[in-house]
Amino acid sequence: MSFSANKATFGTLIKRTLVKRIRFRGRSLVIGIPLWWLIVFFLIPFVVVAKISFSEAIIARPPYSSLLEWKEGGFLLLKLHFSNYLYLLEDSLYISAYWSSIKVAFFSTLIALLVAYPMAYYIARSTERRRNILLMLIILPFWTSFLLRVYAWIGILKTHGIINNILMSLGITSEPLVMMQTNFAVYVGIVYTYLPFMILPLYTNLVKLDNSLLEASADLGANPLTTFFKITLPLSVPGIIAGSMLVFIPVVGEFVIPALLGGPDTLMIGKVLWDEFFSNRDWPVASAVAIVMLVLLVIPVMLLRNAQNASRAAST
Amino acid sequence: MDSQKKIANGAKPWIEQSEKPFIRISNLTKKFGDFTAVDRVCLDIYREELFCLLGGSGCGKSTLLRMLAGFETPSDGHIEIDGQDMANVPAFARPTNMMFQSYALFPHMSVEKNVAYGLLRDGVSKSEAAEQVADMLKLVQLSDFAKRRPDQLSGGQRQRVALARSLIKRPKLLLLDEPLGALDKKLREETQFELINIQESLGVTFIVVTHDQEEAMTLSTRIGVMDQGEIVQVGEPHEIYEFPLSIFIADFIGSVNIFMGRVSDDATNYVRIHCREADCDIHVSHGVSCTQNQKLWFAIRPEKLTITRENPRGKYNVVKGIVDEIAYRGNLSIFRIKLASGKMLRVTKSNRSRRDEDAISWDDNVYISWDDTAGIVLVQ
Repeated sequence: MSFSANKATFGTLIKRTLVKRIRFRGRSLVIGIPLWWLIVFFLIPFVVVAKISFSEAIIARPPYSSLLEWKEGGFLLLKLHFSNYLYLLEDSLYISAYWSSIKVAFFSTLIALLVAYPMAYYIARSTERRRNILLMLIILPFWTSFLLRVYAWIGILKTHGIINNILMSLGITSEPLVMMQTNFAVYVGIVYTYLPFMILPLYTNLVKLDNSLLEASADLGANPLTTFFKITLPLSVPGIIAGSMLVFIPVVGEFVIPALLGGPDTLMIGKVLWDEFFSNRDWPVASAVAIVMLVLLVIPVMLLRNAQNASRAAST
Repeated sequence: MDSQKKIANGAKPWIEQSEKPFIRISNLTKKFGDFTAVDRVCLDIYREELFCLLGGSGCGKSTLLRMLAGFETPSDGHIEIDGQDMANVPAFARPTNMMFQSYALFPHMSVEKNVAYGLLRDGVSKSEAAEQVADMLKLVQLSDFAKRRPDQLSGGQRQRVALARSLIKRPKLLLLDEPLGALDKKLREETQFELINIQESLGVTFIVVTHDQEEAMTLSTRIGVMDQGEIVQVGEPHEIYEFPLSIFIADFIGSVNIFMGRVSDDATNYVRIHCREADCDIHVSHGVSCTQNQKLWFAIRPEKLTITRENPRGKYNVVKGIVDEIAYRGNLSIFRIKLASGKMLRVTKSNRSRRDEDAISWDDNVYISWDDTAGIVLVQ
């Protein structure tokens, strides 16, 4: 992911920009704008959240204690409360919410991959004119609000929704199927919403696939299925990884879809976070939940990146 | 194995009536929309031949090759390999292998795995495949590179991996699409002979597509010249060079001087051509089937012209000109001679001595002469 790479070079970049005088040349401008963007909109909020996670919940405004306190005699007292983090371990709710979020994210990524791969493959193998039309259709849903599209799914899945009406009028089922407020609905919503993020990187990878490699494989006696598993699939691994990251990471923290389509037994960390912030008004614990989620996601991504770089270095 | 020895020893199965062709291409046509890429091609190729399809870009030679491999479906006509009709045989089931112009090596596999790929698809056991791969890599002198990936190899090494990969299954027919196109000149020349050696030692039938006439001449037992989707001449290299059937072929293979003229004297054992461009009559000492006053062309290769300062005092086949341009190539010099009519002639002279005191220089007056049998009379 790009943000982890930016994070890695953050320290050095800040040092360089602050130590040297900012020279208004094209180069520093080009690097400077995204750098300041990241500082203002990523790093500072992150530091604020991290700060809150080490404070104590109080009934006040804002609802947390400050970390620094002036004491008599000119002491500056720094109070770090680790209790919020320990609390996450004590209450099994958080661990099972993390675990269930990762599980949902994993299976949605897998389903999205299985659905997206044939679509991306078909688009990549189409003629150029048809390709543009199909890509347009993939991107088209982005032009309407994501929230509206999730609401539309409620209309489709609910007890007297489109699917149940069709099934019952055809006499396939006598009673409406319960689909809303189940994990099934959550999966449908997530896969539907995140499918383009899987298709696009896969398409970008597959469209570059050299057709003569497929011909060479056929020429050497491989039937189309073998060619797919021996040539196409291994060569599209970078696309699979990129697409899976783009789906997996946001789905772990997904809040809107489980809140709208899920039921009481849908446990996801995004929802827990929301409840902690807005129902419980425990900002410090909510912040700790957010920080732990970030760490849980960033570490595997960075490990994967390092492994990829290492394998690339080993091959050259 | 018998016929291999025969071809290697100079046998010519294409002359003998009794020989059965190994590959029969009849009336093969391929259309892409309105464009006819390959037009009613008929071709017989014999076992263990090294056949070159030669032509400029867009002449249909690659399409013809791709139809043989099974990557393109013919619009019309038949392909028969070793008595078997290929119409409903998909590419992966054909007894052919192809060496691609881009080599098409699998980038995610080592050299070893690339070469073993075809064997493993045929259900050969891993240990046996490894053995055969080792032998094949030895043949193409790549044993030390077995574990490398294609992007860690030089162009020449990749070319040999591609060759090894396409040969490992001992195909009945090996198709090579511009096999040496990506190599530099020196490497190309070395590889040409390697290719011939490998072909002779394995006894596989080769069909090579190339646009390089020198390559075609060096490699092949026979050449098929293609133009606009049609095969315009099939023959051994020297036939194509010395006895081209048309101006196009004469001009495409090597360089040539062409005079246009009319028959002024048509006898059974000689022909005389009146040629305004040459300001002399051209005498050809063999009969040509033509009529009096017919328009025809006389083609003569630059190396068959003799350049002298003195008038050789022949009655025919001597023209006078001025040296316009000299290109020194080391082994030979190329002269461009301007005739009185304004026509330019190309003459080559081999540089047989290291120092030429009386070297012909720019703007010298020279005489160009040739033998009665040196040129070719063409009617189309």
